[in-house]
Amino acid sequence: MTDQAYNFAYLDEQTKRMIRRAILKGVAVPGYQVPFASREMPMPYGWGTGGVQVSAACLTPDDTLKVIDQGADDTTNAVSIRKFFEKTAEVAVTEKTSEASVIQTRHRIPEEPLTEDQILVYQVPIPEPLRFLEPSEVETRKMHSLEEYGLMYVKLYEDISRHGEIATAYAYPVKVEDRYVMDPSPIPKFDNPKMESAALQLFGAGREQRIYAVPPYTKVVSLDFEDHPFDPSKAPHPCALCGAEDSYLDEVITDDRGGRMFVCSDTDFCAGRRAAGFTGEMTNTRPAPVDTEAMA
Amino acid sequence: MTPLLNVRDLTKAYGGRIGCADVSFSLYPGEVLGIVGESGSGKSTLLNCLAGHLPPDTGEVIFDTRADGPRDVLQMSEPERRMLGRTDWAFVHQNPRDGLRMRVSAGGNVGERLMAVGARHYGEIREQALDWLDRVEIAGERVDDRPAAFSGGMQQRLQIARNLVTGPRLIFMDEPTGGLDVSVQARLLDLLRGLVRQMGLSAIVVTHDLAVVRLLADRLMVMKDGHVIETGLTDQVLDDPQAPYTQLLVSSVLQV
Ligand SMILES: Nc1ncnc2c1ncn2[C@@H]1O[C@H](COP(=O)(O)OP(=O)(O)OP(=O)(O)O)[C@@H](O)[C@H]1O
Ligand SMILES: [Mg+2]
Ligand SMILES: [Zn+2]
Repeated sequence: MTDQAYNFAYLDEQTKRMIRRAILKGVAVPGYQVPFASREMPMPYGWGTGGVQVSAACLTPDDTLKVIDQGADDTTNAVSIRKFFEKTAEVAVTEKTSEASVIQTRHRIPEEPLTEDQILVYQVPIPEPLRFLEPSEVETRKMHSLEEYGLMYVKLYEDISRHGEIATAYAYPVKVEDRYVMDPSPIPKFDNPKMESAALQLFGAGREQRIYAVPPYTKVVSLDFEDHPFDPSKAPHPCALCGAEDSYLDEVITDDRGGRMFVCSDTDFCAGRRAAGFTGEMTNTRPAPVDTEAMA
Repeated sequence: MTPLLNVRDLTKAYGGRIGCADVSFSLYPGEVLGIVGESGSGKSTLLNCLAGHLPPDTGEVIFDTRADGPRDVLQMSEPERRMLGRTDWAFVHQNPRDGLRMRVSAGGNVGERLMAVGARHYGEIREQALDWLDRVEIAGERVDDRPAAFSGGMQQRLQIARNLVTGPRLIFMDEPTGGLDVSVQARLLDLLRGLVRQMGLSAIVVTHDLAVVRLLADRLMVMKDGHVIETGLTDQVLDDPQAPYTQLLVSSVLQV
């Protein structure tokens, strides 16, 4: 039963309308960071308060919600956000990507291609891709408005000069619909090509009070140099549990003697493949419940 | 010949206080103009108004653009003016920290303007950065070092390379040798003089060091209380100053 102390999805209707207006503006201007009046949420910043507010503004009673953190449905962060909406919105929840109508994510895009009926909501810590080199918000907003993106390339230049290649592995900057340069949130660059999607993608930054969007079928290009083209590289292994060759893998420590294996970071994708009979070289071993370290 | 820059009645006040007033002059291609005057006389105010960093109250700053000929910079849209600022114009700040990105390598600092105007080939950007480091006498092996690790003189030379890499036609300099040791100053001035000649650059140099203008400037403007009080060929003004204030300025320097 819905806790009567809360309005549907916790936020009051006026706040949700305000957030929806910001979302609509974001959809109308793909990649543009729309300021919004972020509300206090009953969870600390860094726990996805931006994503939670966007989800709250999108959810209807008929929705089915999935929440993932680094690809997994069962981490503390994912579980607490899912519980939050179960309690405040009484929506159905799922761990299956294909069954969800709204997916809130931190740091991953599901492996399974999304559809036009789905909304992917990203939790964003720092929405400004130029922040690294230009601390002034006034100046970065001017750069966006005048389409002055030389500085973004300076960052990539620095990468190559230091590491011999573009070493940026997460939050790899993209240009949206040939106009705005955007931070895709700290997803691995492996996921960047998936941003050209049938689903609506919404990004919420709570502390920084910004919302932005990539509408379905929008062009999303990862920035690069002619002689150092974008490479969405992945670890050179198949998944040890389901044998997938084309999924993003986490390195999992299996014991305290240095044993390790690579498994799909998208737990639903991996479970789905195993249920369908796919196997990997360690299908019958169980990974110890140790913190995972994502690998590119 | 069309002047590269034609300034008419430029005035800028800060509230009730005069920054600079009724300044008019022309600068011709390849010419170096020195602006001298005591502290607070309005040199920086004038330079910043010319370079588009400060909006003047009245006046015209007409620049002979490559594409459309003479145009009033103050009437340009902001994107146009900013584009000018990283293509045909250069600005060397007195403090290198204001003109460099201290957290970016020397190569990245020099390459930024190239990338800002569309360069997208890493190898070519790097090659040009190395070439420019060489031209300002910074060893190529320092290309990946951050400017924080450079001496004051090197930082200033890096700032110059960063500005000149896009082949500008006009360079604004505010006290380019201020804060440097005398021997370092001399080397920087030599380098600047060489580059200005080689590239046929026009320049406006603000300084209160008369030795700097003696070495660099073809013509001189003397400012006092925001007004230009004397102007002429550098040697003429320095050797035979007309205004009593200029006479004082020149003699006080000779005493130092
Ligand atoms: N931001 C400001 N606000 C108010 N007054 C200012 C400002 N900047 C400069 N002024 C005043 O305008 C006048 C001209 O200052 P300006 O900085 O242009 O002189 P300057 O010739 O460059 O001096 P210096 O040799 O010390 O650099 C001075 O009276 C100064 O106090
Ligand atoms: Mg000054
Ligand atoms: Zn798997």
